[in-house]
Amino acid sequence: MSEAILSLERLSVRLPEGADRPHALSDVSLSIASNEILCVVGESGSGKSMMANAIMRLLPNEVKIENGRMLFEGRDLCAADTAEMREVRGAGIAMIFQEPMTALNPLRTIGDQIGEMFSIHTGLSNAEINARVLALLADVRIPDPKLAAKAYPHELSGGQRQRAMIAMALALDPKLLIADEPTTALDVTTQAQILKLIRDLQQRKKTAVLFITHDFGVVAEIADRVVVMQHGRIVEQGTANEVLHHPVHPYTRQLIAAVPPLKAPPPRPLSSENILTIASVSKTYRTGGFLGRGARVTAAVKDTSLDLPKGATLGIVGESGSGKSTLARCIVRLIDPDTGSIVLNGKDWAKLSREEVRRETRHIQMVFQDPFASLNPRRKAAELVAQGPIVHGTPRVTAIAEARKLFELVGLDPSAGDRYPHEFSGGQRQRIGLARALALKPEVLVADEPVSALDVSVQAQVLKLLADLRQRLGLSIIFITHDLRVAAQICDLVAVMKDGAVVEHGLATEVFGKPKHPYTQALLDSIPGGEFAREHDTAAE
Amino acid sequence: MDALKRYFRSPAAVIGLILLLVVIAMAVSAGFLYTRDPLSLAGRPLIWPFSNPRFLLGTDNSGRDIAAQIFYGARISLLIGGVATAIAILIGILVGAFAGYYGGWVDNVLMRITEAFQTLPNFVLLLVLVAVFGSTLTTVTIAVGVVSWPAPARLTRAEFLSLRNREFVQAGRTLGMRDIKIILGEILPNALPPVIVYASVVMAVAILLESALAFLRLSDPNVASWGNLIGLGRDVLRVQWYVSAIPGIAILVTVLAVSLVGQGLNDALNPRLKSR
Amino acid sequence: MRILSLAGRRLAASIPTLFLILIGVFLLLQMAPGDTVDALMAQMGGGDAASARELRQFYGLDLSIPMQLANYLWRLVRLDLGFSSIYGKPVASVILERLPPTILLMTASLSFAFFFGLVFGVIAARGVNRWPDTLISTLGLIFYATPSFWFGLMAIVVFSVYLQWLPSGGFEDIGTVQSGVWRVLDIASHLVLPTLTLGLIFLAIYLRIMRASMLEVLNLDFVRTARAKGLDETHVVTRHVLRNALLPMVTLIGLQAGTMLGGSVVVESVFSLPGLGRLAYESVVQRDLNTLLGIVFVSALLVIVVNFVVDLLYARLDPRIQADG
Repeated sequence: MSEAILSLERLSVRLPEGADRPHALSDVSLSIASNEILCVVGESGSGKSMMANAIMRLLPNEVKIENGRMLFEGRDLCAADTAEMREVRGAGIAMIFQEPMTALNPLRTIGDQIGEMFSIHTGLSNAEINARVLALLADVRIPDPKLAAKAYPHELSGGQRQRAMIAMALALDPKLLIADEPTTALDVTTQAQILKLIRDLQQRKKTAVLFITHDFGVVAEIADRVVVMQHGRIVEQGTANEVLHHPVHPYTRQLIAAVPPLKAPPPRPLSSENILTIASVSKTYRTGGFLGRGARVTAAVKDTSLDLPKGATLGIVGESGSGKSTLARCIVRLIDPDTGSIVLNGKDWAKLSREEVRRETRHIQMVFQDPFASLNPRRKAAELVAQGPIVHGTPRVTAIAEARKLFELVGLDPSAGDRYPHEFSGGQRQRIGLARALALKPEVLVADEPVSALDVSVQAQVLKLLADLRQRLGLSIIFITHDLRVAAQICDLVAVMKDGAVVEHGLATEVFGKPKHPYTQALLDSIPGGEFAREHDTAAE
Repeated sequence: MDALKRYFRSPAAVIGLILLLVVIAMAVSAGFLYTRDPLSLAGRPLIWPFSNPRFLLGTDNSGRDIAAQIFYGARISLLIGGVATAIAILIGILVGAFAGYYGGWVDNVLMRITEAFQTLPNFVLLLVLVAVFGSTLTTVTIAVGVVSWPAPARLTRAEFLSLRNREFVQAGRTLGMRDIKIILGEILPNALPPVIVYASVVMAVAILLESALAFLRLSDPNVASWGNLIGLGRDVLRVQWYVSAIPGIAILVTVLAVSLVGQGLNDALNPRLKSR
Repeated sequence: MRILSLAGRRLAASIPTLFLILIGVFLLLQMAPGDTVDALMAQMGGGDAASARELRQFYGLDLSIPMQLANYLWRLVRLDLGFSSIYGKPVASVILERLPPTILLMTASLSFAFFFGLVFGVIAARGVNRWPDTLISTLGLIFYATPSFWFGLMAIVVFSVYLQWLPSGGFEDIGTVQSGVWRVLDIASHLVLPTLTLGLIFLAIYLRIMRASMLEVLNLDFVRTARAKGLDETHVVTRHVLRNALLPMVTLIGLQAGTMLGGSVVVESVFSLPGLGRLAYESVVQRDLNTLLGIVFVSALLVIVVNFVVDLLYARLDPRIQADG
């Protein structure tokens, strides 16, 4: 291995008093050599992002480096003063962030912001800077560099913004690039492109990359070496091959086992009777415009037809903006579809009046994405779960008692009913949300990205619970997700949506095994660490 | 309880609370300490403060006890400030809640009206209202309340707009709740804290508005109001400036107290914002 | 140009608002005890019922209220604000005479409040929770709580009566006829105290908003990006934070325009400035309802114009405005 560009030696970072633990990082030692990609993996709260900020010396005021050294090109960054640090930042170590929209100044053009790198660290003339900026934008393969340089951040797509961020970070050929979850906010196809771009540029420029992620798929895709973190400590490090295929530490094993394999389990027998039939549903939005002029018309859902057999799980898969969430909300009538029918138990749900929907709503219930936003923070857990039955006429005492029984069903302690939502973890909140939906004993459950806000190990637990409940209660489920690996785990049937229309649907094994539509193929090819996911599957068996 | 603890941890908030309690104590004790009508003749006119132990704060141009007027004035300021604020917040919540929850044409109509109220300078509208309905304590209080509701309405509307698409509200709808139950039971409790905090701003402005009106001699002349006294002192400003100065300090302290309490409440109820 | 059409559309949208105000206030004034003719008769020291009836007929006050309203609106379309019986002139010319001091006062106060609010807000935010911040924030709170008319009176006592540095009232020295630079200086010296008095509360508001907005922007991701580029703190503030933090301040100018105009009623009365605000006060006292209605119209118009300018300014500062359509 070549010489280390950066090495952390027993680095500890102290959190302010009142935090959930005394140290953000304890005793962290690692090193990165030039021309390698080191992935730092961990769940939320593992301290991985704090490490990135510590290296840049951009920690929040109350957070202090307690001891240890950070050697960058032979110099200890812990001891560097602010002027020295400023020289290192940008020129020696550059950084890209998770959310390219907020990481760029909304009021200045892309070219201006990239050019600033040169004006800070070099004495180049404006003309030279402009030429360099255009070359950089071409380097990161932005379609029209001239146009992009003049654009403001909001005028670019998420992927293009992240490309611009990368161009900015690599402007001065830094020795080290820190990438803090750079693809987490992106769609899967865009993520694949950005990962490839980072890999290509890294190889060409021989940059060292510290890549922070929570996703083992991404690790498998890009890492040379891997560091696994838990609660601010490194629990395991080694080459990508070692860690992915022969993990030693139990936590690493647990994390890897929780990664959903890409292959769908063998199909279950499906009922021939459909409980829900969606036929030619459309929903169009009109935004902006004044007196009908300049209005933008977006067809969120176009002429969509799907069937849900009794007791089955239908996955609706798509990237952001594909219309999957709008469709889900049409099905539960949070949104009124423009046309089409949604037949549940022989009744056309789409034609019911608001009042009738209110009365019939117990047949079809919804589980939401965000475990923090989906529970009213001012109500106790038991009350939240009992709300539905109370609305539909169950006496309060009975409803609360039943709510406690439901807690057991979803794997929570019945005594937890007296606590407020903020006292629960994300996974527990999602269980409360599930209990709330089940309290009305629905036949159909619509789950809108129910696990995408959760850490991977918690994700696996919630998915297992859902599959278990489906069996025990005879539920039929519509499962909305952007993550094909998750869909493969739980769905019997899968429908792939793009731009408001279903491009392919069928049995999960069929769609994942022999995708017909090119978009489905592209989606499957884009899954990070696809190789690993398939191998991992066979290893599990 | 946490919020209470956080409130008392801030010195500014505690000072504000103490000042406010002092003003309230003045209002309450006025009747016991000064049994005579504060607007009745008490002694020689224009006695300087601290020169006569009978009139600690001196007398005004018509020989009325300034200290008595300050104590009774506290009643008027708190009464007008409190009631006008209650009126403004109530109208504001009602308008804001409906506009924010229903959106569409309801929102359009209500916001047009709000905009009209905001486009017309509030003090000019106050003048119009006083010109039309006269200057009694009741009309002035209602008028101050009526010109102050647009800002709380906008705030409530903004809260409702952001909350109505929150997933827990959608969950309420999928459970089959009625709109009124969602508005009152789900959204309002979450929208209320910032509005309550804003009430302190409304109250501060209401006290200032009334005192300005009184200074211009357009408020009720038959009650002891701080603004009235300042207006009266204007005639003798060049020499006996204290007649205007003393009630001005009373207004300043009261408004300051209300603002500090409001800020303290804000920091206590939204701890996240304070932490940076 | 998209900016202009956008702001233009906002301007067009405020026309119904203007009519809503006028109709509302017109109907409100119908409930007022006494009308123009009563005021006129009082001015003349009384008169008999017959001449009152004649006058009412002359002013169109004998018509039904909807007819009167229609008449009024129709005259308004032709920019005719009616006749002020108290001043014996058309309302429009009365108002026009009184407009310049008010506009001058408002511009001066706004500039004063905006500039110093900005500077103090930035200083406070840079030294958050240290002594400059504590001092500035405390002063801000006190300024906010100070009744403007009282501050004006006290300023007169200190600067005009005791120190005799500045005049205590009026728009210019009437005793001596001056021209050119001397007249400008004379008016300026007359406006110093009113400007401070009116601007004080807005200074307090602006510095508070600027401080909060700076603190918020300083916490945003792109500021971290700027620091990660190796930019020093001063440049982080000037190149990245300031313009973003200014946006709420600019919005506030529009929202506060009406409040400021209302504040000038009091300040102009304190300093006996012959402006629109004082006219409003006088017309209430003298029950000159025609003039009062005219003032309502003009001040609403003024607020709408200020908001139009603010829209243009905002759109120049924030490129995202154009995209939103």
